[in-house]
Amino acid sequence: MRNVDLGLITKTVKDLALDANCEIGKSFLDVLREAIKKEKSEIGKNVLEQIVENDEIASASREPMCQDTGMVVVFLEIGYDVHLNGDIYDAVNEGVRQAYIEGLLRKSVTKHPITRGNSNDNTPAVIHTKLVPGDQIKITLAPKGGGSENMSLVKMLIPSDGVPGIKKLVLHTIFYAGGKPCPPLVVGIGIGGNLEKSAMIAKEALMRDIHDINPDPVLEKLERELLDEINELGVGPMGFGGSTTALAVKIAAYPCHIASLPVAINIQCHASRHKTSII
Amino acid sequence: MIRLHTPVKDSDIKKLKAGDIVYFNGTIFTGRDAAHQRLVNTLDKGEKLPIDFHGQVIYYTGPTPAKPGRPIGSCGPTSSYRMDAYSTPLMKEGLKVMIGKGDRGAEFIHDMIQEKGVYLQAVGGAGALLSRKVKKSEVVLYPDLGAEAIYKLEVEDFPAIVTYDMHGGNLIVDEVKKYQTKQLED
Repeated sequence: MRNVDLGLITKTVKDLALDANCEIGKSFLDVLREAIKKEKSEIGKNVLEQIVENDEIASASREPMCQDTGMVVVFLEIGYDVHLNGDIYDAVNEGVRQAYIEGLLRKSVTKHPITRGNSNDNTPAVIHTKLVPGDQIKITLAPKGGGSENMSLVKMLIPSDGVPGIKKLVLHTIFYAGGKPCPPLVVGIGIGGNLEKSAMIAKEALMRDIHDINPDPVLEKLERELLDEINELGVGPMGFGGSTTALAVKIAAYPCHIASLPVAINIQCHASRHKTSII
Repeated sequence: MIRLHTPVKDSDIKKLKAGDIVYFNGTIFTGRDAAHQRLVNTLDKGEKLPIDFHGQVIYYTGPTPAKPGRPIGSCGPTSSYRMDAYSTPLMKEGLKVMIGKGDRGAEFIHDMIQEKGVYLQAVGGAGALLSRKVKKSEVVLYPDLGAEAIYKLEVEDFPAIVTYDMHGGNLIVDEVKKYQTKQLED
């Protein structure tokens, strides 16, 4: 059994939130730079250049790349052999509070979805926990913007819809979202499970590295095909028209009921912000 | 290169065509969901608006707090369609220019043409870059809304691209068509 101090969790969450909001990371910037070369539209090219310049300014001057610094999503993978000296959810929210107040990030969370009112410290975060072997805690944090989240959805397809049904749903969703979710996008797709499981795995898929390759050959093929087809829709950077609508498609799957084919589409804007730390 | 000074004149707007890049100079106001709702509630109650929007610009943004020594934090545009329900009554009060991101509903476009207004887009997610075009900012209305308050911004060459003009021009429809090689199935 390893004792982990909650103060360390708070500090780690705070650092991850500050870092994620200001640093898009070299790996993702390289993908954006590559996209400039390939983009067919002049306006589209110009938009991509502005996005790259923006992300470079944000990184150099340590300021948020986007004013929508998001509602914070935190994935906690907690080892069975970890012992905590209190409430880990409070510790995570304290880290978010400190980052958003001290780091001058925007407070974008309401106290209540109907009566609204700002919580003024960007809490609560949306926190997901998973128990895993070992005595470590892996924290992945993603400030998720409202524009792209608003264009996301879950649809309960049926088995006869199959791959054509999945593709049709994805292409319609991306086309009609247009510039609203801030393309070029990363498209996270969860297939299978049930209502909530499909949404969960779609979100998890967005946490993957932009360059990784899906180990499941069925999903890997679908990712490649969908990426090509999405980029044939013409939506383009920020919806101004062009050949770069998505930079990557990331799909996760889970077994499902014999009657069902749930599909969740979680859209990520070009400010694809997620950082991981292991305690 | 088109440079406009605010408040804008009707003759300025008439000249704008979808695809034009416009650089705004002078005062513009920010506003997003919550502030729009309050403005329209004021009108619904039969009261006068606390700001004179004649010939004015509303930029849909909710900035991050400014770092010490800077006029404003990150301030990119937010999605405009969420303001569709509130835009017509404000245009009837003289609002002429709206800047945001993304496409908007058919009803909005219809009303915008009728009121001889214009809709432009700034580059979404370029909040740090766009903040360099803002020279001064102050909250002028609804300070309790935080980032959603109405700010008065002094801007210099703030760039935006005409998306819907008053003559029916629609940049999104025209441009997407050029690059769309896959049609959607019904």
